Amino acid sequence: MSSFLDFMVDNSDQIWLLLKQHIVLSASGTALGLAVAFPMAILAALMPRLGQGFSAAANIAQTIPSFAVLGLAIPLLGIGFAPALLALSLRALLPIYLNAHVALQGLDPALREAAKGIGMTRWQSLVMVELPLSLPATIGGLRTAAVESVGIATLAAFIGGGGLGDLILQGIALRDTDRLLAGAIPAAGLAICVELSLARVQRALTTVMAVGRP
Amino acid sequence: MNFLIANPGTILNLGLQHLSVSLGAVLIAVLIGLPLGIAAAKIRWLELPALTLAGLLYLVPSLALFAFLIPILGLGTLTAVVGLSIYSLLVIMRNVAIGLSAVPEPLLEAARGIGMTRSQSFRLVEFPLSVPMIIAGIRIATVMTVGVASLAAYIGAGGFGVLIFRGIATADNDMIIAGALPTAALALACDWLLRQAERLARAEPVP
Repeated sequence: MSSFLDFMVDNSDQIWLLLKQHIVLSASGTALGLAVAFPMAILAALMPRLGQGFSAAANIAQTIPSFAVLGLAIPLLGIGFAPALLALSLRALLPIYLNAHVALQGLDPALREAAKGIGMTRWQSLVMVELPLSLPATIGGLRTAAVESVGIATLAAFIGGGGLGDLILQGIALRDTDRLLAGAIPAAGLAICVELSLARVQRALTTVMAVGRP
Repeated sequence: MNFLIANPGTILNLGLQHLSVSLGAVLIAVLIGLPLGIAAAKIRWLELPALTLAGLLYLVPSLALFAFLIPILGLGTLTAVVGLSIYSLLVIMRNVAIGLSAVPEPLLEAARGIGMTRSQSFRLVEFPLSVPMIIAGIRIATVMTVGVASLAAYIGAGGFGVLIFRGIATADNDMIIAGALPTAALALACDWLLRQAERLARAEPVP
C-alpha cells in the first residue's frame, strides 16, 4: 500500500494529466451525445413513425460492445482523441435518446390535449409542456451516458485516446500493480462522483417538476 | 466481412469460447445473486446498504474492475469470469430484490389468510410472481456480459474480442468487424431468447 502511495506521489503530474484527459474525453463525448440525442428525441415526438425507427436502431446499437465501436472508429478517423470521441458520443447518445423518448411517450395524453385546448401549437406544447416534464427522465439518461462514458474513456487507451486507461494498460503490460491501481482507482472514483452528482441534479429537478404539477 | 466468411472455423471456436465465458459468468452470478437478492428483500436493514453497495460497484469501469482483480487472480479466464460475474451479480441481485418487494401486500395477506406458512407463501406466491422480473435481470446481465466479454480477450479469456484486439493492433478493419459483428449478434440473440422466456413467465396464469 505504501509503495502505491509513493507511486501516486512520484507520478502525480502524469496521473493528473491523464485524469484531465479522461474528464475532457468523457465530458465532451457526453455533451456531443446530448447535442445529437435531444433533437432526435424532439423529432421522434413530432414524427412517431420516425421515433419507432430510431428506438429500434438504438436498441440494437446498444448491444454492440462499446469496445467494438472504438475499434470501428479507427477506419474513419485513425487513432487518437478524435475516434475515441466519436465512439464515446455514439454510445452516449443511445441512453439519452431512449430515456427522453420513453419519457415523452409516457406523458399523460391529457396534458397534450389540455395544451391544445388552451390554444397552444404542437411546437408550443412540446417546448412549454412536454419537454420540461420529461426533463428529469432525460437527465436520468444523461447520467447513465456520463457514467458509461467514463468507463468507455478508460478503453480509449486501446486506440491511443489517452486517459487513465493508459496507466491500466501499462500496468498490465509491465506487471506493475501500483501503476495498474493508479489508473483504476481514480477511474472508478470518477465514475462514482459523476453518478452521485448527476443523481442529485436529477432528484432536484424531479422535485421542481413535481411542484409544478397541479 | 471477408474475414468472417473465409474463417468459419475460427469464428465458431471463438464463439464457443465467448459463449462459455459469458454463460459461465452469468450462471455463477445467478447462483450467488438469487440468495443474496432474497436476503436483501427479506432482511429489511440489509436492503438499502446491499443495493447501494451493488450500485456503486456497478459504476466501476470494466477495465478498472479487471485491473483490481489482476493483482489478486492474475491474467486469464478465471479473472475474466470473476469480473463478469461481479457485474452480472449486481444486476441480478437488484432485480431479485425489487421483484420480491414489488409483490402487492394484499396478496401476501391473502396467502396468510388462507393459512399458508411463511415459507409456503414465499414458494407459492411471492417467488412465482417475481420470476418475470428475475428473468429480466438475467437478460440484462447476459446482454451486458456478452458485450464486456469482448474486452476479456485482453486478459487472456479468448472469445470474439481476440479478433477486435488483433484488428486494432494491425489496423485491419475487416478483422475488427469480424469480431464486432458476431458479438453484437450473440448479444441480440441472447436478448431475444430471454425476452421470450420473460413473456412466457408473465403469461402464466396468476392466482
